[in-house]
Amino acid sequence: MAEKEKSVATMKPGETAIIAGFTDAEISAKLMEMGCLPGAPVRFNFKAPFGDPICISVLGYELSLRLEEAATISIMN
Amino acid sequence: MSSAKPTKVALIGNPNSGKSSLFNYLTGLNQKVGNFPGVTVDKKVGRTQLPGIGETEIIDLPGIYSIYPRSLDERIVAESLLDRNSPTAPTKVVVVVDATNIKRGLLLLTQIVDIGLPTVLALNMMDLAAKAGVSYDFLMLSQKLGVTVVPINARKGQGIDALKKEIAQAEVSRMQPIFPVWPEAKAAVKQLRDEFQLINDYQAYQFLEQPQSLHFLSKDKQNLVESVRTTHQYFPGKFQGAETIQRYGFIQDLLNEAILKQPDYAWKNFSHKLDRVLTHKVAGYAIFFAVLFLVFQSVFAWASYPMDFIDGLFADFSSWLSNTLPDGALTRLLAEGIIPGLGGIVMFVPQIAILFALVAVLEETGYMARVVFLMDKVMRKFGLNGKSVVPLMSGVACAIPAIMAARTIDNWKERTITIMVTPLMSCSARIPIFTILIALIVPETKVLGFFNLQGVALMSLYLLGFVAALASAWVMKKLINVKERSYLMMELPTYRLPKGTNVGLTLVEKTKSFVLEAGKVILAISVVLWVLASYGPGDKLKNAEAYVMQETANMRLTEQGLQDRIAAYKLENSYAGVIGKAIEPAIKPLGYDWKIGIALITSFAAREVFVGTMATIYSIGSAGEEDQNTIKSRMQQEINPETGEPRFTMAVGLSLLVFYTFAMQCMSTIAVVYRETKGWKWPLIQLAYMSALAYFSALLVYQVLK
Repeated sequence: MAEKEKSVATMKPGETAIIAGFTDAEISAKLMEMGCLPGAPVRFNFKAPFGDPICISVLGYELSLRLEEAATISIMN
Repeated sequence: MSSAKPTKVALIGNPNSGKSSLFNYLTGLNQKVGNFPGVTVDKKVGRTQLPGIGETEIIDLPGIYSIYPRSLDERIVAESLLDRNSPTAPTKVVVVVDATNIKRGLLLLTQIVDIGLPTVLALNMMDLAAKAGVSYDFLMLSQKLGVTVVPINARKGQGIDALKKEIAQAEVSRMQPIFPVWPEAKAAVKQLRDEFQLINDYQAYQFLEQPQSLHFLSKDKQNLVESVRTTHQYFPGKFQGAETIQRYGFIQDLLNEAILKQPDYAWKNFSHKLDRVLTHKVAGYAIFFAVLFLVFQSVFAWASYPMDFIDGLFADFSSWLSNTLPDGALTRLLAEGIIPGLGGIVMFVPQIAILFALVAVLEETGYMARVVFLMDKVMRKFGLNGKSVVPLMSGVACAIPAIMAARTIDNWKERTITIMVTPLMSCSARIPIFTILIALIVPETKVLGFFNLQGVALMSLYLLGFVAALASAWVMKKLINVKERSYLMMELPTYRLPKGTNVGLTLVEKTKSFVLEAGKVILAISVVLWVLASYGPGDKLKNAEAYVMQETANMRLTEQGLQDRIAAYKLENSYAGVIGKAIEPAIKPLGYDWKIGIALITSFAAREVFVGTMATIYSIGSAGEEDQNTIKSRMQQEINPETGEPRFTMAVGLSLLVFYTFAMQCMSTIAVVYRETKGWKWPLIQLAYMSALAYFSALLVYQVLK
């Protein structure tokens, strides 16, 4: 895991992190509108039974997104 | 008020912001659902009294997150705000923001404020905000945003009078935009503003940024924007994220001053605990299936009483008509065509009403979002989306409202596939066919001690429809080759109790749209079918009475029996009968004769007609559809002249069951798919693939079992 860039998709349930940026310009516009802003804290809440999608807390509310979407949100180490 | 245009107020807000509650509170039953021109997004319009203005139109726009559209819903809002020349354009805006989730709501608000319409901010769910311990400096918010802020609780109706007063008085007070357009865009914006006569820079900036989303722009204007972009070397798109960051920066600064007390999220603890159970890998699915079971159980158990009642009512009315009115073609059209056709629509209202009440409850509580969350991964494997669950579930009652429910799916391909496979879910119109055929071929015995074998058979048919829906979806996923990214990104709202009036109004609205949508088509079709079944080539029909009387002269038939014979003879020699006989070679490999062929023809437009046609063709028309035992025993006696054995063998029965599980046989669904996909391509493909599936499956079943 060390080499892999850390993203919201690699977080564990209960973990919190700070959003660093995005790896996909197209989705990032939508993600930012939904409150996933660089510098904002994000908490990984839980996964759906098959591991996808996931539920995170951001901007004070609960957002569900797919793993592939979460993987485009990089987090600070 | 001496403004030239009458005041029109648009309600705008995020999904789950309580916008619909506010709309319902403002307008009550005084609302109707229409369509935005050219698209199928519902437009809810109502009326309310505003102080000093009087009766005013209120438009409930779809819930959105931003005016940069990514779904059809979002595009509609962007268009209605930016198309200032449209006669339906709102003149004032109320932005509804969830006070417990203020930042994301304010993002939308700041965009709308910059468009420059008189705006009021309705800060909703103040009760929950109080519970969360958050408190705001409303005066500060008002001043910094340049709009009046009214705290409300739309569910309880608190703050509504103050809101109405502020809407009536709302004017544009903010002179500086919250987001000034980028220096790079200034020159291009200036040019567009002059060309299009726009009132401010941000409107022009929207035209510059996303002309492709604004469908009201003519081709010339689109080209104009394109040339302005080229002249000024302005390439849109890359600034969108930066604008969002700048707006959130403004909001953060504002809230640093305007939030007097930070929220404490402890009030959400219950919701979080509930999520642990409801999205658990075992308990979550178990509860979901239990909910599904309960929903279907109540739809079928509760709806049967009012359905029987309505059915009887229409039958009585129709026989009363034919006895009262002078005999003639018009009376018969009314009594045998139109009234039974109307009855066929109204009869399904109870089931649809109950189903949609329950779906509305599940949506209001926030549980439906969890169902989407649970099912998304599984559904995607089949080219569907977690949001396809609602249409598929609703399809068990009726495909028409179910197909309309697919609008929430943003991705075109997933939405189309959902629409294409939903009619494979066994709708309530199939039940009469299923029950009579099952009664005919499946013995009423118990398996494993307590399962009724007939019940198991019925259950299997539902399962068969569901499996076929998934399998077809999977095939279409492979066939439709469209590169469009699919998103989920959906809020999981905090759980809460459903509100009765919201559920009630949703129910009324959905039922109304079913009756109107299906009604038009079914009515038209029932007239056509009546003509087909009542008239025929040559003069056989005219002489039917004399012929049958002569035929049966020494059979000592009762008057009733004679009339039934005549009816059967007429049907046999009508156009429907002629077609039924003509298709016999094609359906013979399926095990059907021309009599079944007639039923296939008459039920082509609406499958529920099958049973009634069977009754008429077997000369027991007067027994009525309700008298299933009569029909059943008559069908049991029917002999296949070629084999000398009963016509309805296990093979024929199963073949028919499979046929009706898969066949389209519903003109109203075709009409709705046409409307929802805006063209004949998809409804025709759907009709073709479902008919082929039905025909070949039935063929296979019969050939293997015979």
